[in-house]
Amino acid sequence: MPTQIPNNSVGIVEPKIYHFNEPLKLRSEQVLDNYQLMVETYGTLNKEASNAVLICHALSGDHHAAGYHTPDDKKPGWWDSAIGPGKPIDTNKFFVVSLNNLGGCSGSTGPTSTNPDTGKPYGSDFPIVCVRDWVHSQARLADELGIQKWAAVIGGSLGGMQALRWSIQYPERIGHCVIIASAPKLTTQNIAFNEVARQAIIKDPEFHEGHYMAADTIPKGGLTQARMLGHITYLSDDGMALKFGRDLKAGKLNFNFDSEFEIESYLRYQGERFSNQFDANTYLLMTKALDYFDPAAAFDNDLSKCFESAQCKFMVMSFSSDWRFSPKRSEEIVNALMDADKDVSYAEIESDKGHDAFLLPIPRYMQIFDAFMHQVASNSGLNEGDSL
Amino acid sequence: MSDNALRADFEIIAEWIKPNQQVLDLGCGQGQLLHHLMKTKNIKGYGLEIEEDAITECIKKGINVVQQNLDEGLDNFEDNSVDTIIMTQALQAVRRPDELLDEMLRVGNEAIITFPNFGHWTCRSYLMFKGRMPMSDTLPFSWYDTPNIHLCTFKDFEALCYDKDIKVISRTVVDNDLKDNWAIRLWPNLLGQVAIYHITKR
Repeated sequence: MPTQIPNNSVGIVEPKIYHFNEPLKLRSEQVLDNYQLMVETYGTLNKEASNAVLICHALSGDHHAAGYHTPDDKKPGWWDSAIGPGKPIDTNKFFVVSLNNLGGCSGSTGPTSTNPDTGKPYGSDFPIVCVRDWVHSQARLADELGIQKWAAVIGGSLGGMQALRWSIQYPERIGHCVIIASAPKLTTQNIAFNEVARQAIIKDPEFHEGHYMAADTIPKGGLTQARMLGHITYLSDDGMALKFGRDLKAGKLNFNFDSEFEIESYLRYQGERFSNQFDANTYLLMTKALDYFDPAAAFDNDLSKCFESAQCKFMVMSFSSDWRFSPKRSEEIVNALMDADKDVSYAEIESDKGHDAFLLPIPRYMQIFDAFMHQVASNSGLNEGDSL
Repeated sequence: MSDNALRADFEIIAEWIKPNQQVLDLGCGQGQLLHHLMKTKNIKGYGLEIEEDAITECIKKGINVVQQNLDEGLDNFEDNSVDTIIMTQALQAVRRPDELLDEMLRVGNEAIITFPNFGHWTCRSYLMFKGRMPMSDTLPFSWYDTPNIHLCTFKDFEALCYDKDIKVISRTVVDNDLKDNWAIRLWPNLLGQVAIYHITKR
């Protein structure tokens, strides 16, 4: 636990469930008749509702982006480095909304929820939800919260895809769009990685075609492997070498298949931990949402044409050693935006931390993020003394 | 450069920019020029910059800035996609000024370029009398660490324009305070310290 909750933390936070009874038609044509979203908010919504910021989470994220649930929590929310008083997403200015996406496993309706038709957990019967479906459900959440227009929608990785999607799906409802370590669509290699992860889960004997909960078990081994593979791709070669090198746990080779190198032990630990707290069906579903995302497809594969309807200002950031969502992919977004004459700024942050860098308080990253969020506040009329 | 000098520089460039143009500023620094042109000419555009702190400053000002290395060209821009491309005091610092010049006039209908004059009499006399590579307020670096790897004189630049069939729309030659006078107009390559060229494809 933190010996004391830091001053620049949003402090103790409490998630809240929002119920929706209006059927949601999904991209797959399936319909969710009703569903719930688990939501956390930080800061205060002003009376004009002009200071709201939406945080979109990535593959394994959830609604708990900042602060602590109890004083005994070992760690704060997943993006506590960027959200809080005086941080780039400054809760003294902004009302921050963070939710667990549909299909998630942290309280929003998903594969672990009870299927009203059967009275049993959905399991693999839960429909595949896509980025546009999440954005649709987030727009309904905005309605519920009385937010007509977000000052900014912000996300990294899969979250960046949601932010991008917001800019074209509800162009009049978003003032600024921050897309971090993301891509306009996955590369072939990226889909390939996702498929290996999925196969690891699906081929686990405990998977039971996705109905493992009904069988009172979980495909722990498969989910562990999937996470271990994913974890490798979130780090850089250099970063891994720097952190673990070829260090041996026992200081000598044992000529067996136990975990001998530090990196093996680290991956096993990360995979094991993840498999205890995350749902395998949600993992499958999230990787599919990643694979399917390709907003330019509906515009003759012309990304700049896809951005034509966007009205917001964009900030795009990438990290030099990120090879899962490389700077080149962010530059595709930036070039398409410039081609479409949209307001955009772009920075590539130097880092050896790979894809995971977007979650870390790297000084230059935080400076640029802060500078842009200051503009967001200024353009939204939130900075005292600033003229619009 | 002092604020006054900056403003004088901008005034000359701003005169050549038509209102509401699409502008690209290569090596835009902290974005002062773009900011000035946005305010006075209502231009729309982007700055390209590689220096980290400068990028942050641009974002603070609400200027569209894109991190990009000019030595890698302008492949990401289509032909004639910009009204005017500006490059102030950066031509001499790129790896291939000639190729970048081609790129600028491929992407932009017109280009505005400013660079320091290596043919200024102080440079000439520095080399002549000291026998060493000239250093001055505008060129404060030693030969081994200077970013200005392709210094040229006004005559050199005009010869390049001639070779490339580039049309010089207008040219202003000024001293370091960005003022001109009769003597500079008479002997620009000897007395002018900074040149501002407005060029286009012939």
